[in-house]
Amino acid sequence: MRILRPLTIRQKLTSMAMISSFIALLSASIAFLAYDLHTIRQSLARRILTDAQIVGFNSISPLLFNDAETATATLGGLKAEPAVVAAVIRGQDAAQPFAAYFRDGPSAPRPSFPAQLAAGPQFAADHLLVSEPIRFEGRPIGTLVIQADLAEIRDRQRRYASIVLAVLGGSLLLALGISRLTEKTISRPIVRLADTARAVSSQKDYSVRAEGAGRDEIGLLVGTFNEMLDEIQRQDSDLKEARTDLERRVETRTRDLAAANKELEAFSYSVSHDLRAPLRAIDGFSKAVLTDYGPQLDERGRHYLERVRAGTLRMSQLIDDLLGLARVSRRELVRKRADVSEIAGQVAAELARRQPARTVHVQVQPGLRAEADPHLLTIVFENLMGNAWKFTGKKPDAHIEVGQRADGPAPTFYVRDNGAGFDMEYADKLFGAFQRLHAEADFEGTGIGLATVHRIVARHGGRIWAEGRVDEGATFYFTLERNL
Amino acid sequence: MNSRPILLVEDNRDDVELTVMALKESKITNPVVVASNGVEALDYLFGTGTHAGRDSSLQPVVVLLDIKLPLLSGIDVLRRMREDERTRRTPVVMLTSSDERQDIAATYDLGANSYVRKPVEFEGFVVAARQLGLYWTVLNEPPEPAPGR
Repeated sequence: MRILRPLTIRQKLTSMAMISSFIALLSASIAFLAYDLHTIRQSLARRILTDAQIVGFNSISPLLFNDAETATATLGGLKAEPAVVAAVIRGQDAAQPFAAYFRDGPSAPRPSFPAQLAAGPQFAADHLLVSEPIRFEGRPIGTLVIQADLAEIRDRQRRYASIVLAVLGGSLLLALGISRLTEKTISRPIVRLADTARAVSSQKDYSVRAEGAGRDEIGLLVGTFNEMLDEIQRQDSDLKEARTDLERRVETRTRDLAAANKELEAFSYSVSHDLRAPLRAIDGFSKAVLTDYGPQLDERGRHYLERVRAGTLRMSQLIDDLLGLARVSRRELVRKRADVSEIAGQVAAELARRQPARTVHVQVQPGLRAEADPHLLTIVFENLMGNAWKFTGKKPDAHIEVGQRADGPAPTFYVRDNGAGFDMEYADKLFGAFQRLHAEADFEGTGIGLATVHRIVARHGGRIWAEGRVDEGATFYFTLERNL
Repeated sequence: MNSRPILLVEDNRDDVELTVMALKESKITNPVVVASNGVEALDYLFGTGTHAGRDSSLQPVVVLLDIKLPLLSGIDVLRRMREDERTRRTPVVMLTSSDERQDIAATYDLGANSYVRKPVEFEGFVVAARQLGLYWTVLNEPPEPAPGR
């Protein structure tokens, strides 16, 4: 059936009808032909046998009286049967025929008869032999052998075959016509269904419907197809509705968020301007008191005023750090190919410039790269390396190492120091704002730096964690990529 | 030394006092004119309103301009100044508490000559005031007074 595959459904239906009709008719014709052949051979054999019996009976007395002339005349009666080609009467002496008859005259080529023949009709390829024993009072006195040709059968079979061919041809033509008429009732609804399906898929119009087509399987198919369209149309409209709803909600949220953001911006703007001014006044006038009235104050009074000023400066630093944290959250993240090694190197140089008295061995692995916001990444290293710098302050041989860990699916950067370290029990408190693990007296700081770093790493979709041991140092690890 | 006045536009009285104190400590002798809001500053510069009759061709040697001000913000004052022929070239130093990027960008865009964030620490403030005073009254060559109208 592979041959049928590239054909259209119409061609398939027609071909199938034709092939079926042809095979059915051919089988029937062959069966009839075979049956007819059998019948006509039977009837020929019977006819010749009857003739043989009659002629045989009439030949008894010529044989008894050795009258060959009469016997030949009797054989001549076989002329009435055109199929008989030759006939021979043999007496007791089988070698010499007693009398003979030849349909096409004595000059025609004579058939030779086998000497010994079983009684009854025997078919050969092109003739029939009938051998009839001639008996008198139960005693065999001779044998009559008749040969008949099969021209009659051949003629009949030839005629029969032409009729069969004619009928076959006619029937096939008729089948072609009928299938042409009927295939439309099958193919047309299918073609229409295909057109509808194409319209649906190309125009995304789920409101069209295939036309109904009776109660057969195709009708069922069309019905099911339409039901499917109903379902798709319903889901499509549900989906559209949900999308519209979602869009509306997103819009509302975005507006709310923008409003909140704006408010926050206004807030931090205010903080930036207004919170510093009173601090400046506190510090400035404290200083004025110290300058102008210092001599009138005792040691304790001057000490208190110095504490006021120190508190003011700390407050100012806190405001700056908090604004920095807020700014890091607000700032648009611009990912670029960032040279991590260069950033870390610059941060190290700046730290050394600010505290030239300190000797810190900073080792930065060369060739580190990341897809990150270079400005925010600089803030990360300022804080992490600044911390390392700060917490190694009491070590005689301070070491800071910046590198990338080879393992793990995402590149993991680290900043390691051999400074004061921390107790792993409090590791979860490291990254909260205002969380400090060291006394202000030991190491100054606002506790906002790591919160800022955490925020930056989170905005990149990365992760930050730390390992440390008290008095042995700390290592801060972070990734900058989402996924994994 | 140029003896033209310094115009200090500042609404916070503490800041005014501290600024004057810092300038004095830095031995800056130019008179300091204080305007406590944006409108008053413009009145002074253009000789209108409370300062009606002042010769507007005499521009201060430098305007120390805060950003957060009542009525008209420092940015609005700066814009008006740069729009007017008489104050177009007058040196303006933004002297403010904030270091918001948007402020810095906006004021430079409008033609501010400098942007200085006031340090909280008084010593720092004094250093800043001294450097500003010396620079704008001694070192800097001010523009010619604009022709009066």
